[in-house]
Amino acid sequence: MNLFQQLQLGFRSLLLHKLRSALAVLGILIGVTAVIWLVALGEGVSYQAQQQIKNLGATSVIVRTVKPTEETNREAGSRSGISYGLLREDYDRILANVPTITKAMPMREINREVRNGEFALDATLVGCTPDYFDINRLAIDRGRPLSAADMEYLDNVAVLAFEVAQKLFPIEDPLGRAVQIGEEFYVVIGVAEQRTASAAIGGSLAARQYDKDVYIPLSTFRARIGDQVITVRGGTFQNETIELNQITAVVNDMKAVDSSADIIRDLLSRYHKSIDYAVVVPKELLEQAETMRTMFNVLLLLIAGISLLVGGIGIMNIMLATVTERTREIGIRRALGATKGEIVQQFLWETVVLSGTGGLLGVAVGFLCGPTVTLVRTTIAELFPEVWRTLPPNIRDLEPLLAPWSIAAAFGISVGVGIIFGIYPAQRAANMDPIEALRHE
Amino acid sequence: MSNAAALDMPHATRDVVASVRNVTKVYRLGGEDVHALAGVSIDFHQGDFVAIMGSSGSGKSTLLNLLGCLDRPTTGQYFLGGNDVATLDDESLSRVRGRYLGFVFQSYNLIQQLSVVENIAVPLAYQRPINPDGPDLCLRLAKLVGLSGRLGHRPNQLSGGQQQRVAIARALVNNPHVILADEPTGNLDTATSIEIMDLLDALNNAGRTIVMVTHEPDIAARAKTVISLRDGKIASITQNDKADG
Ligand SMILES: Nc1ncnc2c1ncn2[C@@H]1O[C@H](COP(=O)(O)OP(=O)(O)OP(=O)(O)O)[C@@H](O)[C@H]1O
Ligand SMILES: [Mg+2]
Repeated sequence: MNLFQQLQLGFRSLLLHKLRSALAVLGILIGVTAVIWLVALGEGVSYQAQQQIKNLGATSVIVRTVKPTEETNREAGSRSGISYGLLREDYDRILANVPTITKAMPMREINREVRNGEFALDATLVGCTPDYFDINRLAIDRGRPLSAADMEYLDNVAVLAFEVAQKLFPIEDPLGRAVQIGEEFYVVIGVAEQRTASAAIGGSLAARQYDKDVYIPLSTFRARIGDQVITVRGGTFQNETIELNQITAVVNDMKAVDSSADIIRDLLSRYHKSIDYAVVVPKELLEQAETMRTMFNVLLLLIAGISLLVGGIGIMNIMLATVTERTREIGIRRALGATKGEIVQQFLWETVVLSGTGGLLGVAVGFLCGPTVTLVRTTIAELFPEVWRTLPPNIRDLEPLLAPWSIAAAFGISVGVGIIFGIYPAQRAANMDPIEALRHE
Repeated sequence: MSNAAALDMPHATRDVVASVRNVTKVYRLGGEDVHALAGVSIDFHQGDFVAIMGSSGSGKSTLLNLLGCLDRPTTGQYFLGGNDVATLDDESLSRVRGRYLGFVFQSYNLIQQLSVVENIAVPLAYQRPINPDGPDLCLRLAKLVGLSGRLGHRPNQLSGGQQQRVAIARALVNNPHVILADEPTGNLDTATSIEIMDLLDALNNAGRTIVMVTHEPDIAARAKTVISLRDGKIASITQNDKADG
C-alpha cells in the first residue's frame, strides 16, 4: 500500500467512530494550541520588554535617586528635614571621571499643579536639559524642544506632553500661550508626541508614564522651584531636599557600558554614605530579559509537553480499544499475508492520522491567537472600561508574536506523540495469534 | 523456485503442490499433552479437490491451520512451493500465506468497513512486488463470482451466500497454489451451499487445488477425495467417482 492508501485507510477506520476519534483529536488539538498560544504570548511579552529596554538606550547607564530607609537617612540640618539623592556634584564627577561618556543628562522631577485659567491638572514637572528629548526618544509634535539658550537664560518656557496640552488647551493652540505653575507663568514652546508608558523592569526601574509631563529647563527649575520639597503628610510637614532625581549617561560603545557603570558605581559609593541611589543598566536588563525569556520558554514547553502527554494517553486509550474491537480484522489481514510489521504500520498510520489531524487543527487554531487576543482586549475595553483603565500598560498593549519554531515544534511533537503512544497498541495488534484473532467474536 | 513458477499457471497435471510429512501437533494443556495431530503424511496434487472429514476434535481445523501456514507443526515437515515451510519464521510464513494460499472461512471473515471490491483487493496490499493489474483483476473476479452489480456494497448489505462469494473471489486474487476452506458452507442453507459448491467445483475444474474441511457428507461428496481423520490420524482416504478428473 502506498502512503496515500495508508492515510485513506487510517481516516476511514477512524471515521467508524467519529465521536471517539474527535475527542482524541481534540486532546491533541488543545495541546498544540496551548504550545503555540503560550509561546506567542511569551514572545509578545518579551518583545515588549526588549523594546522598552531598548528605548531606554542600550548604551546608557541610568542613575536614579532612591529614598533611603529611615535609619540611614543622611541628616543635613535635621530641623529643615532630610536631604538625600544625587547631587549636582555627582553629575560633574561622573562627567569628569568617565571618559567613555558622550552625553549625560541630569534631571529633576516633582508633582505640581499646572493651570491654564480654569483648566488645571496634576502634572509631573520635569526639569531637564535639551538632551532629554533625544535620549528618551521623545519626538516633538508641534513647536520646538528645550534649547541650550533656554537653559542659559533661565527662561520660563515649557514643553507639554501631548495629553497635558489636550487637557489644558482643549480648543486653542497652546504654542506661545502661558501655563501657571505655582506663582510662575511659563510660555509653552512645544508639545511632545504621544509616548506609551514604559513598564517597570525587573524591579530596578519603576514604570514611567509620559502623559502627565511638563518639561522645563533644569536651570529654571532650580531657580524657581528649588531643591526643597515640602509635603504635608499626616498633619506634619515633611521637608526633603533633593538636587537631582536622575542622571542618564550615554557611553560611546556597547562594550564600554559595563565598565562605565562600574566606574559610576565606584564614584557614587565613595561620596554617598547611604544607598540613596540606584544604578540601572538597560543592557544588563536586556540580557536578563533574554535569560528570562529562555526560562519562560522552557517552562511553557514543559506545560505544553504535559498537555500533549495527556493527549497522547487519550490516543493510546482509543487505539487500545480499536485494536481490541478489530481483532477479527487483524486475524483476517494476517491470514491474507500481512506481516506483523505491516499490521504495526497500519495502526501507526491510524494514530498518526489522529494526532496529525489534531496537530494541523491545533496549528490552525494557533494562528487565531492574535485575533483572539484583540477580540478579548476590545471586549474588555468596551464592556468594562474601568477595569480596562486599571490594567497595566504592558497588558493593554500586549501583542502575541507567533513563533514559527513553536508551530513546527508543536506539530512535530503532536505527530511524535501519536507515534510513541501508538506503538504499544499497534504492537499488541501485531502480536496477536492469527488463529485466535480469527476466532474472536 | 522453478517448481513454483510452473505452479503459477494451474494445469491439470499431477504435480505435488503441497505435501506434509509425519506432521504432529501437540498442545500442552495444564501439564497434559493433547495430540491434535499424531503423525499425518499426505500429498496434495495440482487440481486436487480434497474434503477433510472427521468427528469434532479429530484435528481437522488443526491440520487446515498447518496447511494454511497459520501455525507450525510440533514435528514433521511441510513442503509448499518447493520449500519446507514448517520451520519458517513468522514474517516468512506471512509472505508464504500471501503468495501461495487462499482462505475461505466458515464465517466469511470479510472486513466490515470495506466494500466488496475493496475486500477482494485486501491480499493485494501485501503482495511484493505490487501487482499492477490489481484493480482490474478484482473487477474480473467480482464478475466471476457473480457480484459485478454490488461492487460498492458493504458486507452487512449482502446475504451469507454473497459474502462467501466475495471471500472466494478474495481467495483467488493472489492466484494461490491451494485454496483452503474451513467449513465454507457451515453457515449457509442447503440451496446456497449448493451454489457455493458449484462455484468451488468450477474453480477446481479450471485447475484450482482446493482443500476443504466439512462436516456434511453431501458437501464432501462434491470433492474428488475425502480424507477422514480420527484422533489426529488419517483413518481413511476415499476417491469419489466423478466424471471429470
Ligand atoms: N489452541 C489450542 N490449545 C489447546 N488445544 C487445542 C487448541 N486447538 C485445538 N486444540 C485441541 O486439538 C484437538 C483438535 O482440535 P481441532 O480444532 O483441530 O478439531 P476439529 O476437528 O476442527 O473439530 P471441530 O469439528 O469441532 O471443529 C482438540 O482436542 C482440541 O481441543
Ligand atoms: Mg474445526
